[in-house]
Amino acid sequence: MIRQSPPETLRLVVDLNRCQSYGQCVYAAPTVFRFHGEESLEYDYAPDASTRHEVERAAAACPVQAITLSGATEASPLSSRQDQ
Amino acid sequence: MGPAGRGSVGRIVVVGASLAGLRAAEALRDEGFTGDLTLIGDEPHEPYDRPPLSKAVLSGWLTTDHTVLPRVRNIDARWLLGSAATGLDVPGRQVALADGRRVDFDRLLIATGTHARPWPERAGGGLHGVHVLRSRDDADRLRAALLSGPRRVLVIGGGFTGGEVASACRDLGLNVTVTQRSGAPLASALGGVIGRVAADLHRDAGVDLRLNTTVHALEGDPAGRLRRARLSDGTVLPAEVAVVATGAVANTEWLADSILAADHRGVRCDGACRALAADGTVVEDVFAAGDVARWPHPLFPGHPLRLDHWDNAVAQARTAAHNMTHDPLDHRIHQPLPAFWSNQFGVNLKSVGLPTIADQVVVTQGSFDQHRFVAAYGQRGRLVGAVAVDSPRVLNGYAALIEARAPFPPVLNAPDGPAQLDPVDAEFPHRASPEHSVTRDSSPHIPATAGPVLTAHQ
Repeated sequence: MIRQSPPETLRLVVDLNRCQSYGQCVYAAPTVFRFHGEESLEYDYAPDASTRHEVERAAAACPVQAITLSGATEASPLSSRQDQ
Repeated sequence: MGPAGRGSVGRIVVVGASLAGLRAAEALRDEGFTGDLTLIGDEPHEPYDRPPLSKAVLSGWLTTDHTVLPRVRNIDARWLLGSAATGLDVPGRQVALADGRRVDFDRLLIATGTHARPWPERAGGGLHGVHVLRSRDDADRLRAALLSGPRRVLVIGGGFTGGEVASACRDLGLNVTVTQRSGAPLASALGGVIGRVAADLHRDAGVDLRLNTTVHALEGDPAGRLRRARLSDGTVLPAEVAVVATGAVANTEWLADSILAADHRGVRCDGACRALAADGTVVEDVFAAGDVARWPHPLFPGHPLRLDHWDNAVAQARTAAHNMTHDPLDHRIHQPLPAFWSNQFGVNLKSVGLPTIADQVVVTQGSFDQHRFVAAYGQRGRLVGAVAVDSPRVLNGYAALIEARAPFPPVLNAPDGPAQLDPVDAEFPHRASPEHSVTRDSSPHIPATAGPVLTAHQ
């Protein structure tokens, strides 16, 4: 498979069924992830691109590998809209 | 094994461009589909995630443009966003759109999800200030309404969404009343025993919780703005914002004139995600996935299941994509263990299995008093579900036991378990018939004419 260059935009999603609130992501990227209450994780799906390094570290550090980052290099679906 | 023959070519149309539709499109390419791929979405937004809308978005920590889902791979698709599907011609292999376009397909995936059940117009549903919360635009409107400084917010329905909205309102310092048809919040999803813990969480947070209470009518001023609610107990409650959180309805109106077995409860399909016709036969080349699909789950026989669950949308999308690109002999059966979560009042709740079909419940770890516990649910002596409150690391073991059809009460020997397990009636409301609706949101509005319904949250 051809290795693709990293996508322009930083996007992420956390599988919160899988998440066990270890909080490693909060330490790695404190402006992107936070706890609301003791065990309730909240996060920014589209953080500033300058946090990419932190977010990648958070994804790697997650003990249950619940964090998925965008891998697409295609343009946003909105830019290909054919009307409106 | 790669797709067999025609599975990799042709035209596939995915109707629904939310979580299930997006992940299905990606999975189709993973499965080796190289033909034309089209995604149709009624909303003018790229795919976004719904769970934060009732939590971090309402409380103001996230704006809705920060709920966009990552696209995990390139899919080389044509996106038709902002135009709803309005009709399906199965013999003609064509989807009709609201803007008049027609889209041809060889194979079709239905992933149109659900919409929030609206408040009836005749009872004040058209008043300014009456909201539902399902879409990104709904969330933006409700957030703006909450910021306008209402003196009281009324939340109609004490299900998961109702609790999450009430929780966000309290975070904002707003006065909130929650009306709940049954005797406890979350009662239809988790039963009255755990519901009483939820009631404590509401009240401890300062929510005015009205149990066994429904709203008769919402009333406005001459300008059409919501001013008050008339409750079933005779009281009149002043409120300037109301959030209707009384459950979800499958988006199947566009299928009404097709041959599919589809109604407000969902699209009937078989275990391989293949849509069924009204006579129960498989409709070739038409599949369904996500919140809209209703299918027989081998682990919970007896009633077709519809799961309003995030992880089900992802898993069913993958199964459907596999089956759409393979011959029936290589089809997979969709049989995930249901799982969902909710965050409200600073507490994390996770569920596995199907608590809603249980007849008994027992606390197996922790205690109610500390609001940190695990409850196991049993049906006729078999473990069918488990709920963990502020205990997010323990459910995998329960999940394995449920899948193994372990006996109830379960044998766990947990160090933080009680000395003796003491199962009690789980106290589910509306248990007259074997037909129940298990949506994440509030009371099961079971139509009198309904066949077996089983749906579950998120």
